[in-house]
Amino acid sequence: MSGPTYNFAYLDEQTKRMIRRAILKAIAVPGYQVPFASREMPMPYGWGTGGVQVTAAILGPDDVLKVIDQGSDDTTNAVSIRKFFAKTAGVRTTTCTTEATVIQTRHRIPEAPLGEGQVLVYQVPIPEPLRFLEPRETETRRMHALAEYGLIHVKLYEDIARHGHIATTYAYPVQVDGRYVMDPSPTPKFDNPKMNDCAALQLFGAGREKRIYAIPPHTTVVSLDFDDHPFERYRFDAPCALCGATDSYLDEVITDDEGGRMFACSDTDYCEKRRATNRDDAVPGNGPGAPAMDAASR
Amino acid sequence: MTATAAPGFADPVLSAQSVFRAIMDATARPGSIQSIEGVASAPPPLSAGAAAIALTLLDQDTPVWLDACLAAVPECGDWLRFHTGAPIAADASRSAFAFVGSAAQLPQFDTFSLGTPEYPDRSTTLVFQVDGFSVGPPLALSGPGIRGRQVFRAAPLPADFAERLAANRAQFPCGVDVLLVCSNAVAALPRSVHVIAEGG
Amino acid sequence: MYVAVKGGERAIENAHRLLASARRGDTALPELSLEQISGQLTLAVDRVMTEGSLYDRELAALAIKQARGDLVEAIFLLRAFRATLPRFGMTEAIDTANMEIRRRISATFKDLPGGQVLGPTFDYTHRLLDPTLAEGEHSVEPASAAPVDGPMPRVTDLLASDDLIEQSPNADPADPVGDLTRDPLGFPADRDLRLQNLARGDEGFLLALGYSTQRGFGRTHPFAGEIRLGEVEIEIFAEEVGFAVPLGRLTVTECQMINQFKGSATEAPCFTRGYGLAFGHCERKAMAMALVDRALRARELGEEVKAPAQDEEFVLSHSDNVQATGFVEHLKLPHYVDFQSELGLVRRLRAEFQALRSGDTSLAREAAE
Repeated sequence: MSGPTYNFAYLDEQTKRMIRRAILKAIAVPGYQVPFASREMPMPYGWGTGGVQVTAAILGPDDVLKVIDQGSDDTTNAVSIRKFFAKTAGVRTTTCTTEATVIQTRHRIPEAPLGEGQVLVYQVPIPEPLRFLEPRETETRRMHALAEYGLIHVKLYEDIARHGHIATTYAYPVQVDGRYVMDPSPTPKFDNPKMNDCAALQLFGAGREKRIYAIPPHTTVVSLDFDDHPFERYRFDAPCALCGATDSYLDEVITDDEGGRMFACSDTDYCEKRRATNRDDAVPGNGPGAPAMDAASR
Repeated sequence: MTATAAPGFADPVLSAQSVFRAIMDATARPGSIQSIEGVASAPPPLSAGAAAIALTLLDQDTPVWLDACLAAVPECGDWLRFHTGAPIAADASRSAFAFVGSAAQLPQFDTFSLGTPEYPDRSTTLVFQVDGFSVGPPLALSGPGIRGRQVFRAAPLPADFAERLAANRAQFPCGVDVLLVCSNAVAALPRSVHVIAEGG
Repeated sequence: MYVAVKGGERAIENAHRLLASARRGDTALPELSLEQISGQLTLAVDRVMTEGSLYDRELAALAIKQARGDLVEAIFLLRAFRATLPRFGMTEAIDTANMEIRRRISATFKDLPGGQVLGPTFDYTHRLLDPTLAEGEHSVEPASAAPVDGPMPRVTDLLASDDLIEQSPNADPADPVGDLTRDPLGFPADRDLRLQNLARGDEGFLLALGYSTQRGFGRTHPFAGEIRLGEVEIEIFAEEVGFAVPLGRLTVTECQMINQFKGSATEAPCFTRGYGLAFGHCERKAMAMALVDRALRARELGEEVKAPAQDEEFVLSHSDNVQATGFVEHLKLPHYVDFQSELGLVRRLRAEFQALRSGDTSLAREAAE
């Protein structure tokens, strides 16, 4: 049995062409989900196969790749995907947001503003913003065709009636360039405003659901809301315990079993940069604490 | 198919990636000019730039239509079939890509597939050969991918090109996407682009 | 803890080393060879080839070994490898009427041309654990007989010659067979794509759905017209020589169900078909597939769609175990960014709730701000 050999960036050229054609259509029709013949990848569906296929289709030898999961470069899945591309494409990788030309992300948009030369690739589990209101693809496709988005407004309004607030806190639906309602992937709604008029190209890949969609640079992206209940970001009201940032999205870390907790930037690169440039800024507090579980024992 | 067709990309994998990124950037920033490395061996009147786009995006899954100018020279179709495997489409409305060699012969956009409201992606992409991007009447563009407005020039273009683009936009999300290409650069006018009226 | 500690990379490497060691198990025992897996766990290999969509016993055996016997994981390995293979062309349709038969049974006719051939089957075995197998070195010579002479026509072909069953539509060369690995599945899906989806689908899922139709959720009155197992020739049409050339042989299991008849004022009543096909010997899969195929033809046959097994979006969207396992298991990945968002909202709603209960409306308003 001879060992299999793989192409640059893993995917064969025919697959790349198919994905590339889908990406171009996606950019031409902002927010519309283009069906594509997603391939089985060497990592499980639901673990970033859509993002990985998009990244593999655009990546070149001169690119610098950053991969984050939950804002962090060091989460297990981010490490695994970064290694995959370092191995199959030989590209340079980085944890620095501003240095990267391609950033693949799961569940966050970096805190540092993105620039003209950058591409942000999102991993998407359920690309259809109407899916939990209407499970049938035939129906949701019709609703998008007619721009019939009343149902999603009704859902958001029912939240207000029941809870006094819109109860969607992540994967908060947006409307792109006044036309398609789009799922931003399960990013916290804190990140939604960063999608609007973003200088970088934003590409979304859903491998299992076989959809690619896009937001071109400098495109209007509006979070759905109501005049009497405007969209609002959520952020825990505290500075980062490590860098003191008051403008970043925070992770809550439980430090003991007596209610002890600390809040720290979810974007690890942002936090580290702030600590390196402005050490005096840090708020004294609990350290990160001992890991609750040995990572190797998982 | 002919065994004597001239060669394609020197490095099929990396050249295709580089040309694709130029096309992607062009589409993401309508009206911007992105340089590409053309394919010198392309049989005229197929331009070196159009040939590079063909090698990058076409294969057996993409029926390609050729305008009268390109279809008149059998080497063009032979070269495309040999290097990409793409079937030549007789019917423009069933083509995934349409290569247009002459501005004078650019058919009306509704000759091509515009997609459907349910599947607007099932539309034809036009690859339109031009001489260059420095002359011609200025077109002011706005829309997704454009910060404020973008002035775009290319020549030769049909006299009513701006009206055609506006009509194309009016059918959004259906419509064609246009790639304009010279020997070493590409620009895109995807269906999302707005043409701002003169003085607008 | 998933992050907040550097060194995720080393943790992953160590976990994979541990996996390799656990896979090998006790090194005092001999290691399993691919020949042993392929030769003695044949049905596991057959299932992995079928749902992995790749006919290669050696690679399927390797996948089973690498997956520590987890067949869904093995199917995934094979699929991921398959996705990287270049496509040279499409073979001619296989002809199961000319199968070299190892097993052929019909539940609809007591006897028929070619007869009933039981072949290697668990049917009629008493399911008693066999202690002699535990001791090993157990070899049994099969009984032998002269091969069955003469043709073994398919039962459905016999019925079709009397017009008692609907005709199988002939392939339309202008309408090429779809391939959901090349084009994303859209709805409504034609039968070619449905059958491809079911052939790759999870055996357990199809089994449960097929079973549900027997219990009344989309009843189709099935009879096992015929199940046949054996070897078929595969051929590919070679443009250069102008005719089909043989590529090799496949073992397949085919099940043709004969179902509830249809008919109308303009059309004489006849039985309808349900079809199942699997690589190797996958009889349960082929039967379940045939039941679900027939149930999914509800729309085409003008039947009311009421049951899960008749609902093509439901069935086709959830049949693939590689997709299903990935998405179910992705819940293991960190979700604390989205969870933090939910946590914030729940805390806020609770604060408002408590304030309202304590009757302090000013507090409630404040909490709501």
